[in-house]
Formats: sequence, structure tokens, C-alpha cells
Amino acid sequence: MIIQTIAFYVFAAVAILSGALVVTNRNPVYSVLFLVLTFFNAAGLFVLLGAEFLAMMLVVVYVGAVAVLFLFVVMMLDINFVELRQGFVRYAPIGFVIGVVLAAELIFVLGSGVVAPQLGQAIAMPTPPIDQVGNTQALGTILYTHYFYLFQAAGLVLLVAMIGAIVLTHREREGVKRQKIASQVARGRDSVAVVKVQSGSGV
Amino acid sequence: MEIGLGHYLTVAAILFTLGVFGIFLNRKNVIIILMSVELLLLAVNINMVAFSHFLGDMVGQVFTMLILTVAAAEAAIGLAILVVYFRNRGSIAVEDINVMKG
Amino acid sequence: MEVAIVALPLLGALIAGFGNRRIGDLAAQLITSGLMLISCVLAWTVFCDVTFNDHPRTVHLFTWFATGNFKADWALRMDQLTAVMLIVVTTVSSMVHVYSIGYMHHDKSVPRFMAYLSLFTFCMLMLVTADNFMQMFFGWEGVGLSSYLLIGFWFDRPSANAAAIKAFVVNRVGDFGFALGIMGVFMIFGSVDFNTVFAATPGIVGHSFHFLSWNVDVLTTLCLLLFVGAMGKSAQLGLHTWLPDAMEGPTPVSALIHAATMVTAGVFMVCRLSPMFEYAPAARDVVAVVGASTAFFAATIGLTQFDIKRVIAYSTCSQLGYMFFAAGVGAYGAAMFHLFTHAFFKALLFLGSGSVIHAMSGEQDMRKMGGIYKLIPITYVMMWIGNLALAGIGIPGVVGFAGFYSKDSILESAFAHGGGIGMYAFWLGIIAAFMTAFYSWRLLFMTFHGKPRMDHETLHHVHESPWVILVPLIVLAVGAVFAGLAFTHFFVGEGAHEFFGNAIFYGADNHVLTEAEEVPFWVKALPLVMGVAGIALAYVFYVQKPGLPAAFAKAFGGIYTFVYRKWMFDELYTFIFVNGAKRLGFGLWKGGDGAVIDGCGPDGIASATMAIARRASRLQTGYVYHYAFAMLIGVVLLVSWYLVGAKL
Repeated sequence: MIIQTIAFYVFAAVAILSGALVVTNRNPVYSVLFLVLTFFNAAGLFVLLGAEFLAMMLVVVYVGAVAVLFLFVVMMLDINFVELRQGFVRYAPIGFVIGVVLAAELIFVLGSGVVAPQLGQAIAMPTPPIDQVGNTQALGTILYTHYFYLFQAAGLVLLVAMIGAIVLTHREREGVKRQKIASQVARGRDSVAVVKVQSGSGV
Repeated sequence: MEIGLGHYLTVAAILFTLGVFGIFLNRKNVIIILMSVELLLLAVNINMVAFSHFLGDMVGQVFTMLILTVAAAEAAIGLAILVVYFRNRGSIAVEDINVMKG
Repeated sequence: MEVAIVALPLLGALIAGFGNRRIGDLAAQLITSGLMLISCVLAWTVFCDVTFNDHPRTVHLFTWFATGNFKADWALRMDQLTAVMLIVVTTVSSMVHVYSIGYMHHDKSVPRFMAYLSLFTFCMLMLVTADNFMQMFFGWEGVGLSSYLLIGFWFDRPSANAAAIKAFVVNRVGDFGFALGIMGVFMIFGSVDFNTVFAATPGIVGHSFHFLSWNVDVLTTLCLLLFVGAMGKSAQLGLHTWLPDAMEGPTPVSALIHAATMVTAGVFMVCRLSPMFEYAPAARDVVAVVGASTAFFAATIGLTQFDIKRVIAYSTCSQLGYMFFAAGVGAYGAAMFHLFTHAFFKALLFLGSGSVIHAMSGEQDMRKMGGIYKLIPITYVMMWIGNLALAGIGIPGVVGFAGFYSKDSILESAFAHGGGIGMYAFWLGIIAAFMTAFYSWRLLFMTFHGKPRMDHETLHHVHESPWVILVPLIVLAVGAVFAGLAFTHFFVGEGAHEFFGNAIFYGADNHVLTEAEEVPFWVKALPLVMGVAGIALAYVFYVQKPGLPAAFAKAFGGIYTFVYRKWMFDELYTFIFVNGAKRLGFGLWKGGDGAVIDGCGPDGIASATMAIARRASRLQTGYVYHYAFAMLIGVVLLVSWYLVGAKL
């Protein structure tokens, strides 16, 4: 048990710390990297919670795809190191206060919450014991059966996102040669002519 | 000390707050905003999984997966918009984006 | 026939007023003057019938209104008092109509002028033939209106407009008192009919109102309120400021309205209400004091004025004071007598001065006149006659001009009444008589004698006025000379009670007219002595030693300026009332209407809406993170509310 406690605190602390550094860092590349670190630690927390598949998903999808995408964009855009502008200082106090209030309330509510006793009957999908069924299998069993429509919808969302991203960023470039299938197919016999050429002389 | 549900929820709450901070306390560039959104979603994910574990209900994890999906899609679109915006404006300083001023 | 007296001027006014340019100048003049002359003849007939044949009567016309207890009829009360006023009003008015044909010949709105004159005459006749308070009030207001229209006749002159408004407003103050008096009369007596009220008056003696923890005597209050109306109309001290400015109107107007008729309406009213005043000795004392003070006050100002018409205006004011204090000491007959004679010689003086102004091509300042008596002899003689009548010159016991009889009887009555009030009135009247003679001859000498002080052009133009102007002067002069002699027996002599019958009521112990006959000889002679002394002094000052007036004025600089500036009454009223009213109006406008009503109403709501909208639009900064911040605050508030609210 003790190792879990330590692990929890370590993961939690690092996650929070790197989260703070994400938003406060001046260098955007560093921000992305700290985001990656946050994700890793969150994955660790997931593992502690017995959701190892999700932890891996976090690493693969979030870190491997999303964070890398962030890094691409950060490096692609010519972002200057913009100094902290004046407005930051003006808003800091009130924003800070609001944030602290929010955090305090959330912690107060959630941290001291008590689970209702009758919730035991309301469980939709009971977790199978971990030694019988692994997390991946457990997830798959219900995802592809009970929540199939949601699964497909998620897929559609991804499809739309992909198309959207392409459409948004697509630029017409001049001078780019591309195939025009229709004209290729419509080419008739007379588009090619055989010409007897003397060697050494042009066409 | 036994790590209970409360602890995980606390962590999630702090991450959530940090994400919120990031949205409006930053003056630097828009990418920070997008990253803060990711933080928010991460916090929610932690919440979901924590509840799933402590209540013994798999639904939490299913929804975490779906949230993950949507987050990825949203990040992609957001960055695409950002790229196009940068192409047109040449700057992504947050303070310059006030064309919708009423 | 009685109806014709009153209706003919109205007819003339309507024809001339609505005909205007369509019937032309000449037609308007002839119709109005003709109708007026007919009315005058009829008035004399009625007068002889009513007084000498002792045949007073009331002609009922029709009901005006009858709401509950408050009833009033249109009725023409023809008693002796009315008859006297009828002949005064119609004679002077017809003379003025004829005079205006010549005087206003070159004016561009002759029909309008003649119509206003006739309208005025109609209203005045309604006033004097009134059988109840409401009809009198109708006539009262009507003459006020006509006065306003006539003073402001030349409406393109701002000074004329201002003077007309001043006259109307000051009259209004008086009318307010009058109206309150009428309301009080109705409240106490339950009727506004004269006969009813007079019959019930003896029963109200000694009753008192309960007013704000004081007990005030009913009759005194009513009489005082009604007297306030008379003060306004007859330009007594306090409400006199409009009379000199009223000289902005054409001279015929001054002659008709501000000498003979409208201003005497107050005196007439007091005499008409003698049944009430006889039972309110306190009110009569007030009347006497006010009248005497006015007589003195106006005479002092008349000494210093340079405008020929202003001098005569102040003279009118002063003579009205005489009439009032005569009524105040109980000698109503003397008051009416002086009213009667004064109408003639004052109208004569005004019309004569009009003739002078006409000859002087419009010049009214006496400092620019002089030395023209040979050039306008008839006018000169007329002015002499008028002034002799005014100063009351005559040989006691034998013969005298009109004013001699009437003014002397007033002063004798005051002396006979005795007591503090009587003596106060008597001595002020004596001093005023001296001043009257002085300023009258000052006027004569400055205007007609000495070296001509005008420019050569004007001097060349001085010519006698046409006959259409001179004939009315001569008719009035006849009255000024003989009216006193002919009528003294009837007004103030032994025949007085017979003559007036029930028209004037004398209280049981009011024998002032008889006592006036028995005063010591020096009292009878003193007014004459004062008059002659005044003439002599004026001669010294203005003919023998012309430098004396200026030296005198410089020696008494402060007093002179004070008197010249009309005892600063205008300045006082401007300071208190005009500026006060302006400030109040301005304050209510800016503060009340502008700030409160507009501020809370349209303007306020509009600007508040705009201000709120402007502030609200500042929330739309265009920055997404601001919006996010706002959302965050909303979320926090929501959470807090649930947290805290759930506990409550």
C-alpha cells in the first residue's frame, strides 16, 4: 500500500507542477513539453486506478499525436518570444482570486463528498474483478456492444475533424501539377501522333 | 494513508483550475489557450476514471475514451484554425485578436 | 332705450372690428362715432328721467347662469348713480371717438382703433349698469382687456407691448382681490345680486370669520378685498405702476380710459357698494388713508416729469386719490361729483395735450417745447380752461370752475370727518392741491411760453389742429367750466339725498356732507389759496427765473432723484416680484421641469438607457479570454450559490 501512496503523491505533484508550468512558461516549446510531462503523469495516475488501457491510450493518442501536433504547429509558426504584456498584471489579482475560489469550492465539494449508499444498485456496468478480466478486455466488452453507437459517432467525429483540418488549411498553389482524371480518361486516339524522325534533326 | 476518491478528485480539481487560469491569464499566444483546454479535458478524464474505479462502474472509462477522442479531434481543428489565422494575420498574440469587439 | 345705450357701442365695435379693411376707414369712423353719439343723447335722456323724475329702474335682459345657489342675470340697473356714470362715459367716449377721427387720421389701422374704443365703451357701460357682482366683474375684466388692446395698439413698438402687459398684470393683481371679495360675498350672503346683498348687510355687522386662529370681521374683510380690486383698476398707491406706462397708447386712449372712465371704475364701485362700506368703518379708514397717500404721492412725482402726458397721468392718479379719500370719509356724493367734473377737465387736458403733440409733429418732451401759444391759440385757451378747472380756481360762494366745487367739497368733507384719518387726508389733500396747481402751470409755461426750444423744422410745422379735433375740446371745455356750478346742488348740496335716492347709502350717523357746509371759513378758502400760490410759484420758476428749477433740483439732488424715479416703485417691484418671479420660473424650469420631470422622464430614461448600453457594450471586448473569464465567474457564482444556498 505504501508504494501506491508514494506513487500517487509523486505522480500528482509532478502533474500539478508541470500543469502550472504549461500555462506560465514563456517559451511555447517548453510549454508543450511540460504538457507532455503532465500527460505522462496523468497516465501514471490512471495506472494506479487500474485503468491501464486508458493510460496507454493517453500516452499514444494524447502525447504521441496531440502533443506532437502541438509541437509541429509551435515550431512551424514563427512565434516570437512575446514579452508579458501589461494586461497580465492588471488581471492577475482578480483572476487569481476567482481561480482560487473555484479550486477551493471544487475541493471542498468533491474532496469531502460521500458516496450515496444506494448507488451500489445503480451501477450501469459493473467492473469485473481485475484478476479475471484485464482492463482492455473489460473495456472492449462493453464498448463494442452496449456503446456501439457512441463508438461509431466518435469515429464520425474524427472523420469530420480530419476533413475539416484539411479543408481549413488547404491552399491553392499555382504551378502544382496534378492529375485531371477526367481529361486523362477522355483522351482519344488523336492525342498521340507517331512521327518519323531523322536522327540528329529535331521535331 | 489510504488514497481515497477525494484525493483523486482534488488533483483533478487543481488541474482544472490551472487549465482555467491558463485560458484567461495568458497574454502570449493562442497555443497556450489550446493547451489549457487539453488540461481541462485531462482533469475531467481523471475525474471520470477515479469515479469509475471507486464505484466499480466501467461506464466511466468508456466515456473517458470518448472524451479522449473528441479532445484529439478538437485539438486538430483548433490548430488548423490557428494555422490559417496565422497565415492571414501574421501574429498569434492574443491581444491582437479583438476583431469581434462590439 | 336703456338697452340701446349699452348695445349701440357694441354694435359699432362689431361692425368696425369685423369689417376692418372691407368697410374702410371713413365708414368705420362714421359708424362708430355716430352710434356713440346716439348712445350719448339717449344717456342724457335717461339721466334726466332717472334723476329729476326720480324714476330708477332695472331692465331685465336674460339669465346668465343659474347653478345651484349661484345665480346671475344680465340686467341693466338704471339708478341715479348709474345715470351719472352713463352720461360721463357716453359723453367723453363720443367726444373721444370724434377726436380720433382727426387724430388717428394717418394711422394704418383706423377701423381696429375705433372698434376697440367702442368695445371699451360697451364694457364700461356693462360695468356701470351691473345689477350683480358677476356682471360688474364682466365689465371690469372687459375694460381691462380693452385697455390692454388699446395701450398696445401700436403693437410693433416693444415699449407699447410691455406697457400693455404691465397694465394687464397689475390690474390682474387687483382683480384677484376683487374676485376673492366676490367669492367671500357669495359665501357669506349666498347671492351675488346687489339688492339681496345690500338688504342683508345690516344683519352681518359684527360677524367674524375664523381664519387661521384669528377672528376677522366679515364686512371689513370683504370690503377690503373689493377695495383691492378698486386699487388696481384706479391705480392707487401700490398698484399704480401701470398708469404712467399706459401713456404708450395713443392720446385719445389716455383721455378716454386713463382719465375719465376706466380708472374711475374703482371709485364708482366703492360708491355703488356704499351700503356695505357704511357698515365697515375700518375698511373705509383704509380707503381714506390709501386715497390720501396716493393723492400726495402722485402729485410729488408729477412735479418732476418731463413728458407732457406723464404729468397729466400722474395728475389723474392724484385726483383719483382725492375721490377715494372722499369715499373713505363717507362723502360718496363728493366723490361722485369730483369723478363727474374730473372726467370733463381731465379728458379736456389729455385731448388738448394730444392737440399739442399733433402740432409738435409727435414731440412729447416738454423740454423741447416752448413759445408756441401764439401759434396754437385755441388749444392754448383749452389747456388754460382745463388747468383752471383742475386747480380748482374760483371765487368762493360766487362762481368757479368745475374743480373748484368738487375738490373743495372733498377737502371740506375730510375736515368735517375729523379724527386722525380725516385730518391726515385733509392736510395731504391741501399739500397736493398746492402741488397740483404748481405742476399744471409748470406744464403750461414749459409748453407754451418762453423761448422755443425745438429745432427749426418742428417750429415751422406748428399749426392749429383741424376742427374735428377742436370741437370735442370745446364741448369738454363747456363741461369743465359749467359742470361744477350746475351740479353742485345735486351732488353735494341740499339736493344730494333727493338726487341720489337709494343709489348711495349713507349710514345713520353719516352727515359728513351737511357738516362739510359748516366748516370754518379758512378751511373753505385754503384750497383756493393753495391753488393761487401754486400758480404764482410756477410763474416764478418757469417764466421769471427759468434757471431756478435746475438749481433747485441740484440742491436737493437726492430727494429730486428719488421723486423723479417715481419713488423707486418700479425698481422695488422689479426687484421683488419681477426678478423673484423670473427666478422662480427659471428655477422651476431648469430644476423642476428640466431636472426632475425631464430627468426622470424622457431625457433621463433615454440617457440612462444609452449610458447602460454603452457600459454594457464595453463587455464585448473581442477578446475570447475575457469572455471565458466571464463564464468562469458565472460558474464560480453558480457553484458558490449552490454551496451556500444548499446550506440555507
